[in-house]
Amino acid sequence: MAAVRILAGTRKGAFILSSDERRKDWDVSGPHFPGWEVYHVKGSPLNPDRLYASQSNSWFGQHVQRSDDGGRSWNPVGNLFSYEGMPGTHQFYDGSLRPWEFKRVWHFEPSPTAEEEVFAGVEDAALFLSKDGGMTWGELSGLRESDSGPLWAPGAGGLCLHTIVLDSLAAGRIFVAISAAGVFRSEDNGLTWTPSNKGLVSEYIPDPQAEVGHCVHKIATHKTRPEVLFMQKHWDVMRSDNAGQNWYEISGNLPSDFGFVIDVHAHEPDTIYVIPIKSDSEHFVDGSLQVFRSRTGGYEWEALINGLPQRNCYVNVLRDALAVDSLDSCGVYFGTSGGQIYASADSGDSWQAIVTDLPSVLSVEVQTLR
Amino acid sequence: MIRVRMPQHLSALAGAEREVELDVAGRVTQKAIVDALELRFPALAGALRDPHTMQRRPFVRFFACGEDISHQSQDLELPDAIISGKEQFLIVAAISGG
Repeated sequence: MAAVRILAGTRKGAFILSSDERRKDWDVSGPHFPGWEVYHVKGSPLNPDRLYASQSNSWFGQHVQRSDDGGRSWNPVGNLFSYEGMPGTHQFYDGSLRPWEFKRVWHFEPSPTAEEEVFAGVEDAALFLSKDGGMTWGELSGLRESDSGPLWAPGAGGLCLHTIVLDSLAAGRIFVAISAAGVFRSEDNGLTWTPSNKGLVSEYIPDPQAEVGHCVHKIATHKTRPEVLFMQKHWDVMRSDNAGQNWYEISGNLPSDFGFVIDVHAHEPDTIYVIPIKSDSEHFVDGSLQVFRSRTGGYEWEALINGLPQRNCYVNVLRDALAVDSLDSCGVYFGTSGGQIYASADSGDSWQAIVTDLPSVLSVEVQTLR
Repeated sequence: MIRVRMPQHLSALAGAEREVELDVAGRVTQKAIVDALELRFPALAGALRDPHTMQRRPFVRFFACGEDISHQSQDLELPDAIISGKEQFLIVAAISGG
């Protein structure tokens, strides 16, 4: 029988939730690294027992933990993230210049082709690669050193590289997303990069043709059709049909096109999920929690509320806190700022809260174990 | 033998007891103790001081013989009571963020 494992990072530790393929009864382990912020936990697609966890706090800095037994035990690995060369400066909120300074790891992306390779997206925004299972890290500095690097400025959460998409078909193609710089694409395994933001319009940027400066919250794709990308931007839900060369809006009938998460159904490349919130200051929608699903690749959206609270609910779902499993009946999962993790075993038609009182959830990843 | 007492988060990270005993070669200074601590417990690298600047992290404090010595030179020799092990060298996580 297949099984599902949820990897949840929270403000005060990591939690691992496990179930068989029925996804009715869940075992919860944790907190792992209690008291620490865990921005992200992710497993290797080649070896699901190999997990990486980003552990940090303001007192003792960034640490990286690795498990080789599915999270039963953990060992610290390398935590030295050094920018290549003289890192120079980037823009700050007020337009002043700030030196590049490493703060934390937002996202791990283990390689689907080499078990010991794992990418890390960090703040201040840069992409690092380890080829030895996280023991040592080297910057892929062509990204930060590209022409636009000195123009990047932080979003409200910091100048973070939060999304890494490794193209499943085009060898060497990588997409990353940075707040608030935008999407960048590499065709050579991360050595060189170009902005991929044409078609994005952000009201706060005076230049409507601005190549960078867009607050992209998340991008996602389907492994069988990686040239089609979906994006939740600060405002606007967007789509690209040509590997990020151009984007167009697919917000359609959403009640709000502000949000953080977006993901794609495991078996239906045109079925996508978002969780809209009212605005950048009101991170909720009128007291109800609603997932929206499009089965048409955008434009037309339906609210999925069966099992979700519809009164007095004012939680938010952060950018890395929604994921899907790959069982035949696709499971969808998300974690909230209120410490709930909701699961749907039927593609979003119905939901159940599988835990309700965790610390504020920062990230949710799902492993399908066969 | 130097006696070092760590906050709970660091002992958990190191996989060590709250109090550990360290051999410190040469002059016993803040820097020498942190060097020895990181050598004995590599998981603590970067936890007490920024790994690039090697400066103490802002929310980490060092105490010796009841005195906050965080702002003293890292290379200043510590009191005899620390060197002899009579007193603990205290690593304290600053109370902040409430």
